[in-house]
Amino acid sequence: MKAYIIKYLYGDYGEIEGGGSSASPQHQWPLWEIFIRSKQGLDHKHAGSLHAADAQMAIENARDVYTRRMEGVSIWVVESKHITASNPDEAGELYEPAMDKVYRHPTFYDLPDEVGHM
Amino acid sequence: MEVQDFEKLFQDRIDAEIKIEPKDWMPDAYRKTNIRQISQHAHSEVVGMLPEGNWISRAPSLKRKAILLAKVQDEAGHGLYLYSAAETLGMSRDEMVEQLLTGKAKYSSIFNYPTLTWADMGAVGWLVDGAAILNQVMLCRTSYGPYARAMVRICKEESFHQRQGFEVLLVLSQGTPEQKAMCQDAINRWWWPSLMMFGPKDSESTNSDQSMKWKIKRKTNDELRQQFVDMCVEQVKVLGMTLPDKDLKWNEQRRHYDFGEINWDEFWAVVKGNGPCNKQRLDARNKAHTEGAWVREAAMAHAEKKKNKQLQKVA
Repeated sequence: MKAYIIKYLYGDYGEIEGGGSSASPQHQWPLWEIFIRSKQGLDHKHAGSLHAADAQMAIENARDVYTRRMEGVSIWVVESKHITASNPDEAGELYEPAMDKVYRHPTFYDLPDEVGHM
Repeated sequence: MEVQDFEKLFQDRIDAEIKIEPKDWMPDAYRKTNIRQISQHAHSEVVGMLPEGNWISRAPSLKRKAILLAKVQDEAGHGLYLYSAAETLGMSRDEMVEQLLTGKAKYSSIFNYPTLTWADMGAVGWLVDGAAILNQVMLCRTSYGPYARAMVRICKEESFHQRQGFEVLLVLSQGTPEQKAMCQDAINRWWWPSLMMFGPKDSESTNSDQSMKWKIKRKTNDELRQQFVDMCVEQVKVLGMTLPDKDLKWNEQRRHYDFGEINWDEFWAVVKGNGPCNKQRLDARNKAHTEGAWVREAAMAHAEKKKNKQLQKVA
């Protein structure tokens, strides 16, 4: 029914083969997603994306683009087309099961003050 | 659901300050407006490197050269953040570059003015980057997620640009009579074009209303321009210089500075391609792109070759 408004777009994470309607010419370098660990002990976090001919170049470009001010100690790169993303139109079905389970939160349980910090 | 229902849901999300992300449904006009604005913003960063690049080898000391080099490198990075944001809306990088090189896409008119003296590097940093920052701070809260994130990153890096520019002028303003004159001359030439950076008056701006409703923009051109004037009037006092506007005076009723009329004929002439450096800038971009073609092709060929070698090893 609403198929006519769904768009498949290049650079949109997770679209198969990195794109749909918009043509991706042969000579354009592939798109990479960049993840940066800002310091030891923290997770890698998505920083942005860039084009590079291969993984090594993606790391070198990411170094120049995303860590010029010591923002990182480690870089992950992954070609965008390899990421599969959930569909926002299915958010209802995906996340609804978590909504009615308040007993999963510690605040659900009423305990006497004498128990102290628990 | 009909398209109108989607549009209503979309506007509800915007009104509730929920950011729009690449895979979310959005009206075609919202997509188009964002692609146009973000890609033009990216082009401005890229073309903005040209007037400054000219001064890297001419800057008066090694320190100033290193600073300018770092600033120009930042602009390249800012262009990249923005191109990436625009790509999430469905336009390929090649397409955007093509639009810039053929002159189909616009970039900020300010870069069609020449940088004649070293003091211009100061004035560009203080006034041009200063004006850009006001716009960019507002855009940190724009409704399209990838654009907003790019802006946050850019704003973090941009404030050094403005401060170094002001410092260049400050040093000149305390120098010899010739240096002082050079400082004042640069301010005189860059003041009005900087005011034009905020775009046409609200009453003449075609895209403004819808952009405000979609929260792409959160302040009007005139609001930002007024903010800029109020800020600069105070700052120029620190330099002991003046702004070239005889109508500039404090308006107690408005609690703002009144300022003179912008030369809108000049504004439109530069937008339409008849500024002092329009042709020079586009030619320089085209030359760089053409001369860099072999590098792009060689890198791709090298990557292919490495990949094939690896495949052979596995086999």
